Amino acid sequence: MSTRTLRGRCVVPGVAEGEALVTHDRISGWGGIDSRTGTIVEVRHALRGVSFAGKVLVFPGAKGSSGWSNAFHLTRTFGVAPAAMLFNEMTTKIALGAVVTRAPALTDFDGDPLALIETGDWVRVDADRGLVEITKAAQRSKASS
Amino acid sequence: MKLTDAEQAMLDGRDGPAVQKAMDLLLRYGRALGAERLVETHNVVASVSASTPFMREFARQNGGMEAVFSQFSLDSDEVVSIPKVRTFSVHTQLGFDPAQAERMGVDEQTVQFFRKGEAFTTGLGIQATNTCTPYQVGNIPVRGEHCAWMESSAVVYCNSVLGARTNTEGRESVGAAMLTGRIPYWGYHLDENRLGSHWIEVDTDVQSTADWGLLGYWMGEQVQEQVPVITGIRSTPNLARLKHFGASASSSGGVEMYHLVGITPEATSLQQAFGQRKVPTQPLRYGLRERRETLERLNATGREAKIDYVMLGCPHYSLEQMWELAQLLEGRRIHADVQLWVFTARATKFLCDQSGYTRIIEEAGGHILSDSCSAMSRAVPPGTRVVALDSAKQTHYLPAILGVQAWFGSTAQCVEAACSGRWQELAV
Repeated sequence: MSTRTLRGRCVVPGVAEGEALVTHDRISGWGGIDSRTGTIVEVRHALRGVSFAGKVLVFPGAKGSSGWSNAFHLTRTFGVAPAAMLFNEMTTKIALGAVVTRAPALTDFDGDPLALIETGDWVRVDADRGLVEITKAAQRSKASS
Repeated sequence: MKLTDAEQAMLDGRDGPAVQKAMDLLLRYGRALGAERLVETHNVVASVSASTPFMREFARQNGGMEAVFSQFSLDSDEVVSIPKVRTFSVHTQLGFDPAQAERMGVDEQTVQFFRKGEAFTTGLGIQATNTCTPYQVGNIPVRGEHCAWMESSAVVYCNSVLGARTNTEGRESVGAAMLTGRIPYWGYHLDENRLGSHWIEVDTDVQSTADWGLLGYWMGEQVQEQVPVITGIRSTPNLARLKHFGASASSSGGVEMYHLVGITPEATSLQQAFGQRKVPTQPLRYGLRERRETLERLNATGREAKIDYVMLGCPHYSLEQMWELAQLLEGRRIHADVQLWVFTARATKFLCDQSGYTRIIEEAGGHILSDSCSAMSRAVPPGTRVVALDSAKQTHYLPAILGVQAWFGSTAQCVEAACSGRWQELAV
């Protein structure tokens, strides 16, 4: 089964894998997520009502309040943090948020993860080596049938 | 990252385990950003408060206030003993006004826990300013001063109006900064990141505080988190107008820095504002049409004219705004079906008591609250469905947070609505 790979810069070290959850909308922390369930609650967000708990969250970056890091910190406390984070836009909000969430995270990719990864793909993130391995959902279902 | 000898010593534990944890977090954070080093800071704006039932339970189970600070201000699972802070540190707004907990629907147990927490944090040397506007009550950094501030509306004021330097920090990074006097040297701490990216030419009169809020809200939508440079301002704004302007731009977009040519300190000219970056050949234009469309977008949730609640004071009202409000309300009476709450810093409230504004506002039927706001506390008078606001930021957040209808207008318009019980859709 073929996999596609991406290379990026390590933000938070570690290795994790899981199903991808992809959004082209930036994510708000305080006021944008429910930290107890890991669910996006922002009105008009493409993922409103969807939980990122245990998923490889693929998104452009962070927006909104300086409460971003605390809101994601609490997802770890409640056991509903993402398994890993892949994003394009570096800001202080997301850097600190990723660090305190302690989920492996990468940025500065050699390709656009928002274009190459779709929700449902299986993604392995090796942040120590700066490597992302993507197994497309279509191939996953073929392999399992 | 390159560390100085003093920073390495902190990391090695010279100053005890809390400072060691703080330095370890700053290194993890700095590496995540791609920063090359840290910079010294002596000015921190932070939230360390524990004002929710969850925090109360966390403290009970894990070892009290030091456990809360270790986990949520230093990202340390190990509970460490917290020394007094090394930097001047002031507190941002809270989840409620402890002096008006009952009005805000907060139970006594939560207030008691909060008081215990506040005694702990003031004991560390953190000032209980409890405001989103530290620059109004004794924390006014000078141009070029490196700061570590939370609260987006304060960050944009610090960078743009004062010419001091800060990124939007979070609870854990400011916790580490207050114990070490360091923050990553990245983003707005560096000259080149403070230069303009977009040119905005204003084609209409921008005078009142409402005008500035509308311009800021439109600008944030246009530039997102970039650095706009604004020309065409015909009269110099005051503190309240720039406070509202930045708060609007940082809520509709993520603006952390702007330049008003001829007004703000790093923009004596268009060329200075853009520095070595190229000045765009064409500006984005803001005129009457953009103003009208912005007002329509802000008022998208407003349907019913009957008002239940008028909230003023986002960001926390200045003393000048409190004086203006007292003048607007003097000798008048707020409608029996309407509540008017105005939020300000606790220190400003004290001055209002001294100057007689508290009496005037209360005689009209209004209430002065401090330390918080409706968006932070999620507290509104019981039964509130329709709200009138003079803050674009609060209009952005309240309908999303509480599902209420919101009308945005001038302070005078909000006072009229409070007294008549109805929203008059006049020109703002």
